[in-house]
Amino acid sequence: MSVARFWRKIPQRYNLIGTRCETCGRHFFPPRTFCPDCRRNGKIVDHKFAGKGTVVTYTIIHTANEQFEALTPYVLAIIQLDEGPRMTSQIVCRPDEVKIGMRVKSVFRKIATDGRSGIIHYGTKFVPEE
Amino acid sequence: MRDVAIIGVGCTTFGEKWQSSFRHLFVEAGALALEDAQLSGEKIDAMYVGNMSAGRFIEQEHIGALIADYAGMATRHIPSTRVEAACASGGLAFRQAVIAVASGMEDIVVAAGVEKMTDVEPGASTDTLTGAADREWEGFVGATFPGLYAMIATDYMHRYPLTREQLAQVSVKNHYNGARNPIAQYQQEITIGTVLRSTMVAEPLRLFDCSPITDGAAAVIVAPLDRAREFTDTPIKVLASAQASDTIALHDRRDISTLDASVAAGKQAFKMAKLSHKDIDMVEVHDCFSIAEICAIEDLGFCKKGEAGKFTADGETALSGKIPVNTSGGLKACGHPVGATGIKQVCEIVQQLRNEAGKRQIDGAKIGMTHNVGGTGATVAVHILGRV
Repeated sequence: MSVARFWRKIPQRYNLIGTRCETCGRHFFPPRTFCPDCRRNGKIVDHKFAGKGTVVTYTIIHTANEQFEALTPYVLAIIQLDEGPRMTSQIVCRPDEVKIGMRVKSVFRKIATDGRSGIIHYGTKFVPEE
Repeated sequence: MRDVAIIGVGCTTFGEKWQSSFRHLFVEAGALALEDAQLSGEKIDAMYVGNMSAGRFIEQEHIGALIADYAGMATRHIPSTRVEAACASGGLAFRQAVIAVASGMEDIVVAAGVEKMTDVEPGASTDTLTGAADREWEGFVGATFPGLYAMIATDYMHRYPLTREQLAQVSVKNHYNGARNPIAQYQQEITIGTVLRSTMVAEPLRLFDCSPITDGAAAVIVAPLDRAREFTDTPIKVLASAQASDTIALHDRRDISTLDASVAAGKQAFKMAKLSHKDIDMVEVHDCFSIAEICAIEDLGFCKKGEAGKFTADGETALSGKIPVNTSGGLKACGHPVGATGIKQVCEIVQQLRNEAGKRQIDGAKIGMTHNVGGTGATVAVHILGRV
C-alpha cells in the first residue's frame, strides 16, 4: 500500500473518526460522505466515536492472508458501535473467550506491516470491556 | 424487447490447468460453444467476457480486446467488452449479452467467462479475492473471504437450527454431483467425516466447506428466439434476467444471514418469468462456501428461513430431491474460476434442459435457474431458462 493511501485514513483508523448526518442524526463508521437516507439534503460532519460496542458475529481465522499469517489463530468480528454503525475488526482475546453479545472497547494496535521494510499499519482493534 | 434464446454452450474442464494459458482457456471454451451452435465466427456480432482480476492473476488488462483478437475477431472489429463484478462477473456478462440481443442492437452475441488463477501463489490468489469485499474496511483489518462467510455461518448458527453435520452435507452432496460431471475439478465423492476432519480455515468453516482455486473458461451464444432454429433444434429460452446490488461490506447489511440482493434478484426474476419457485426443476446456486448454499436456497424461496439445514440433510436438494441444487457439483466440486462461474452455471442448466447431463440428468427438466453472487452478496445475478 502506498504511503498516501494509508496516511489519508489515519484519523479514521487511529481515532475512530467517522461521520454523522446532521439532518437525520445517523452515524457512519466506516465514514461516508453522502447520507444514503437524506441524499442531497444530508449534511455530513465528522464524528469521533466513543469506541464501545457489542459483538454481532465473529470467526477465528486459522488460514490468513500473508500479512496476517503470524497472528493466526486470531479473532475477527463484526462489532456494533453504541452510536449505531457496524464495523469489522479484530478482537484481542483468547479464541474461546469471544461470544455474540460480548461488550468490547477499542484499542490502538499494530494491524500489519508491508513486508520487512514497508510502512507499519496501525489502527483500531477491540478488547473485552472489563 | 425481443425474446432471447441460447443456441450454443461450451465449457473447458475445470481444475489446476498448468498447461493452459488464459487465452488458451477462453479460445477452447469459445470454440466448443461455436461448434455446439454449428456457427462460424463470421456470424458473431458482439462479445461480453466476465473476468474478475486478470490484472492481478496474470497482470493483463484490456481483456475485451484480447479475447476478441485470439478468437479471430480482430480484423472484423466487433465490439468486445469485459464485465467485472467479482465472482458475479460471468452472470453479468451473460445478462449484458441478453440485453444486447433483447434490445435489437445485436443478433448473435457471445457471453464468456474466464479466470486463470493458478499462475500466482495461493497466498496471492487469496489476497486478490479479498478485493471482492471492502479492501479498506474489511481486508485491511485481516478479513479473508472464508472469514467473512464464516461470520455469516456464526450468525446463522446462533439464530437458526443448523448443525455442523447438516452444513457438511452441502459439500457431500455437491461432491456426489461433481463425481458425475466430466468437467468437474473434483470427481470424488466424500463423506461428512471428510469435511469435519479437514483443516480449519475460519471457524466454523473447514477446507471442505470452501470452493477451490480453479482455472477454467465457459462460453454461451445467444440469439433472437425467432432466429434460434436456424442454428439448433433445441434452443433454450431466457425466461428472466435479473440483477441486484447491496452494500459492499458485510457489516453494513440489514441482516448478516440474508443476502438481500439474492432476495431482490430472485423476486424480480420470478416476476419477469411469471413463475414461482415451484416451477423450477433445478437450480445452480453460488456455493462459494457451504453456508452460502444454505442462505441461497432460503433467499430464493426454495425453503423457509432457518430450514435449509434440515432441507439439505433430508435430501431435498439432492439429484432425487424436491429441488436439485448444483447438479454440476457447484462451485465446491465443479470448481470456481471466478469470472467463468456464472457462465458455467448457464451451461449446466442448458445441458439439463436439453437432456444432455448424463449421470446427473434430472428427468423431464423443463425450467432451470442460475444464481451468481459477487463478494459476500454485493452483486447478485439470477436467470431463469426454459425449454421451448
